[in-house]
Amino acid sequence: MSLTAGDVKKIAHLARLNLLENDVTLYTQQLSTILNFVEQMNQADTAEIEPFFNPLDLGQRLRPDVVTEQNQRDAFQAIAPQVEAGLYLVPQVIEGEE
Amino acid sequence: MLNKSIAELSHSLQAKKISSHELTQFFLERIKKLDPQLNSFITVTEQQALDAAKKADAQLAQGKAGPLTGIPIAQKDIFCTLGVKTSCGSKMLDNFISPYDATVIKRFNEAGMVMLGKTNMDEFAMGSSNENSYYGSVKNPWNVEYVPGGSSGGSAAAVAASLAPVATGTDTGGSIRQPAALCGISGIKPTYGRISRYGMIAFASSLDQGGLFAKSAEDLAWVLNTMAGFDENDSTSANIAVPDYTNTLNDSLKGLRIGLPKEFFSDALDKDIGNAIQTAIKVYEKLGATFHEINLPNTSLSIPAYYVIAPAECSSNLARFDGVRYGHRCEDPKDLEDLYKRSRSEGFGKEVTRRIMIGTYALSAGYYDAYYIKAQKIRRLVADDFRKAFKSVDVILGPTTPSPAFKLGEKTSDPISMYLSDIYTIAVNLAGLPGMSIPAGFTKGLPIGMQLIGNAFAEARLLNVAHAYQKETDWHTKTPEGF
Repeated sequence: MSLTAGDVKKIAHLARLNLLENDVTLYTQQLSTILNFVEQMNQADTAEIEPFFNPLDLGQRLRPDVVTEQNQRDAFQAIAPQVEAGLYLVPQVIEGEE
Repeated sequence: MLNKSIAELSHSLQAKKISSHELTQFFLERIKKLDPQLNSFITVTEQQALDAAKKADAQLAQGKAGPLTGIPIAQKDIFCTLGVKTSCGSKMLDNFISPYDATVIKRFNEAGMVMLGKTNMDEFAMGSSNENSYYGSVKNPWNVEYVPGGSSGGSAAAVAASLAPVATGTDTGGSIRQPAALCGISGIKPTYGRISRYGMIAFASSLDQGGLFAKSAEDLAWVLNTMAGFDENDSTSANIAVPDYTNTLNDSLKGLRIGLPKEFFSDALDKDIGNAIQTAIKVYEKLGATFHEINLPNTSLSIPAYYVIAPAECSSNLARFDGVRYGHRCEDPKDLEDLYKRSRSEGFGKEVTRRIMIGTYALSAGYYDAYYIKAQKIRRLVADDFRKAFKSVDVILGPTTPSPAFKLGEKTSDPISMYLSDIYTIAVNLAGLPGMSIPAGFTKGLPIGMQLIGNAFAEARLLNVAHAYQKETDWHTKTPEGF
């Protein structure tokens, strides 16, 4: 599997990463090498095999539907990059009237 | 204090022969004096440590102390620690002061242990050499031109250099066992689900497992007693009783059936490591164990499967780092997309970026079945290999790594060669089984690690088998010159 520079740019966008032009070349080569390497998986016939998602094959544990979390907004927002009036601030997303 | 076991330190503390303050001061001074050569700590929490020691001494004076009260410990910087920087080796979290304690940190604090600081690691636990840390590489105390292994390289180097008597680590593909081997100390990765993952920054959630480094299996047993156990806050925590691991350390090995996987002894294995393992086999035979060749035929496929599953889970877990709620944020974002993209690209290093992209690709529309589902099917084949093997043997023994520590910089430009250094450890994570590495010799001045693999929740058996070997040999008592 060889990726093109266009593929790598698309993957970077999906992962919300910004790549420098020089890095695109490097990652195109490295990611292609890694994908070629993982293609060894195709040596194994897995047609009849069920995927294995949890090492203990345990189901998801459920707990009673009661509130266990306390409000820690102030503690959590104390380490946020930008907050105002209890809200996390980001650049404007929705066009609105000024 | 330097070469005392945790049991001895505990007895000295209870008998008031030493205070926790003296013990803590002793290790803090060693860190100050010796760590500049190793870079094994990201943060030294001197004041908190002295405060905790004072509290421990008060408990000891009141007769309210437990077996670990007053014993110092170093924590891998992947465990969230209330009020203390928790960087995970990344620029992304360089400014992150955790607002809560991980469950294991809480357990150690409640047991009265004294945290000395947070240890260096590969960024987000991705790496096998500790060269991927934002805070610089860690040096191997046996030879500072060599890597200590990774990703828990800081913890391994700190214990090897006696900067802490015990340290935590995490193991997703070998990140405890490989650095334990390369630094000549004992390390245990318990069964998936045995140790709480709550507050342990997630890399690949179906593989990540916390564990420990110490100088001996006995020390590991003492501390694992406190670390292990069910946690409601971790949805994959196993609700299975924890035995007292120190009770069975001295059980006889007579009749123990040990499996030797044919695949672990190929030409790829360093000759001296192979010979050291053969010598260890003779020690076990003397103790009454019998050896049986077994097959783990899908071992070679475990690395490609791992390098799909781990990146896939990592790309999903690391999506939370968006520059909005905590962590690194870029300057003057022009819109929301710019905020996400620049914050993430500035915050993540190269290996993390590579793995996020591989994972994103493997999970993207049209490729999910070919990569992720295929890898999860191979994971079942790998787990089945172990299941079959454990029908005829009690424990599996082999090398931890195919070669001893490599030089700093030797493998940084070739990701695949770095990935291959985990060939003997990765399958154990895929199957969720417990594994250990203990010192078994030296080659050209560098330590050799021997791996023991057990069936699910057989930690007590593994520690017993490791302890029996350490009573017959003295590899685990060797310390690097200058430390």
